[in-house]
Amino acid sequence: MIYFDNASTSFPKPPQVVEAMHHYLTQVGASPGRSGHRLSVEAGRIVYETREALAQLFGIEDPLRIVFGHNATEALNLSLNGLLRPGDHVITSSMEHNSVMRPLRSLERRGVRLTVIPCSAQGFLNPAEVEKAISPDTRLIVLNHASNVTGILLPVPEVGRIARKHGLLFLVDAAQTAGSCPIDVQADCIDLLAFTGHKSLLGPTGTGGLYIGPRVAVDELDPLMRGGTGSRSEFEQQPDFPPDKYESGTSNAVGLAGLGAGVRFVLESGVDQIRGHEMRLTQQLLEGLAPIKGVTVYGPKGSSLQTATVSFNIAGLEPSEVGLRMDEEYGVMCRPGLHCAPSAHKTIGTFPRGTVRFALGFFSTTDEVDQAIVAVKQMASEGEK
Amino acid sequence: MSESEFGVMLFYSTNWAIRAERVAKKAGFEVKLIPTPRHLSSDCGTALRFRWPDRDALATLLEEHKVVLEKVAQL
Repeated sequence: MIYFDNASTSFPKPPQVVEAMHHYLTQVGASPGRSGHRLSVEAGRIVYETREALAQLFGIEDPLRIVFGHNATEALNLSLNGLLRPGDHVITSSMEHNSVMRPLRSLERRGVRLTVIPCSAQGFLNPAEVEKAISPDTRLIVLNHASNVTGILLPVPEVGRIARKHGLLFLVDAAQTAGSCPIDVQADCIDLLAFTGHKSLLGPTGTGGLYIGPRVAVDELDPLMRGGTGSRSEFEQQPDFPPDKYESGTSNAVGLAGLGAGVRFVLESGVDQIRGHEMRLTQQLLEGLAPIKGVTVYGPKGSSLQTATVSFNIAGLEPSEVGLRMDEEYGVMCRPGLHCAPSAHKTIGTFPRGTVRFALGFFSTTDEVDQAIVAVKQMASEGEK
Repeated sequence: MSESEFGVMLFYSTNWAIRAERVAKKAGFEVKLIPTPRHLSSDCGTALRFRWPDRDALATLLEEHKVVLEKVAQL
């Protein structure tokens, strides 16, 4: 079996992740931050250590400015719904996932003004176009670090500097890059970083979070939910400090134990090494697909310009058919369709048909890429007939 | 050592208590996280017990690490 759906969820996970979750469930078990007994304190420590590991990975000064949630979608919803008010203007790109587009379209109906900057057919965003769209009511720029459709890397540091220059907040959706591409919130001028645990951070599903930088006033960012936090329990009002303000209800502590182990695995492996491995495999895949007659590859088609995600189509075959046959006949797990990103597919000209997406990961191998290329070659030659 | 040689530090959140414990232990202080004594707070959280003579040095260290204290009391 060849698992090429890592842009959805990474698989397999490092054994340390499974061990950390097993340890939590068998040796710790308690609610983090809800009591003073040793098991609750230990659970709290495990969750805190996960914050520390993430802070180290992203160059974050204060681990308590990282708030946990289920995934990047929750972090993006918290940022957008918590920050934007009627009359505010927000700028984004046409390569965004629906986790950004849907909250923004909903806010638009409630009086937030939205500008979507068109990207080129390869998915490139011109930072100068972003700067031109800034007006006196602009509050926020939100940008995908990398597209989940074509893998293209968007110009985060350049747009970050533009946001800073104009006194705007900058929110980055790092769902596709956290753990596999270098991210430094200070160097990249990132005020809000939304990440998920279950992709390149190698944690389990149901983990993710948001970094809230010092330029974001906590009293201007409303929580998505309110409730018990284990702190300031004498008050019926929500605490006003992070992370408690944004972490109501018992957290996914077992998941966060696994996420911590995943992030430490990433730190020990080195993001540069992970990126290097994935770039070599991506280059191999791109070079293998390019000469195949009937195959169209989308995106920047250069491993230094994208993540390990490659979208393509085979002439005469629907993406869904390719996906099914990849699984049934070749044992290749991939993802066909629109990938929850209709705007990105419109940008690259593949809407509503969609594409077939191969998303490699740190545990993918040269042999697997070779086998997948052979599978595409065979299917394409049949499509010719 | 009698009980009066201990003090406790209270925080607004367990997250801060855990950070305080990590910082203090790294610097060699003898500390322990305990349930917040009822007579000091009705909160359901965790407090940091420490040796009372360490109180100034510990408070300075925590301030350097931006840990916000809610209350300091002798046991």
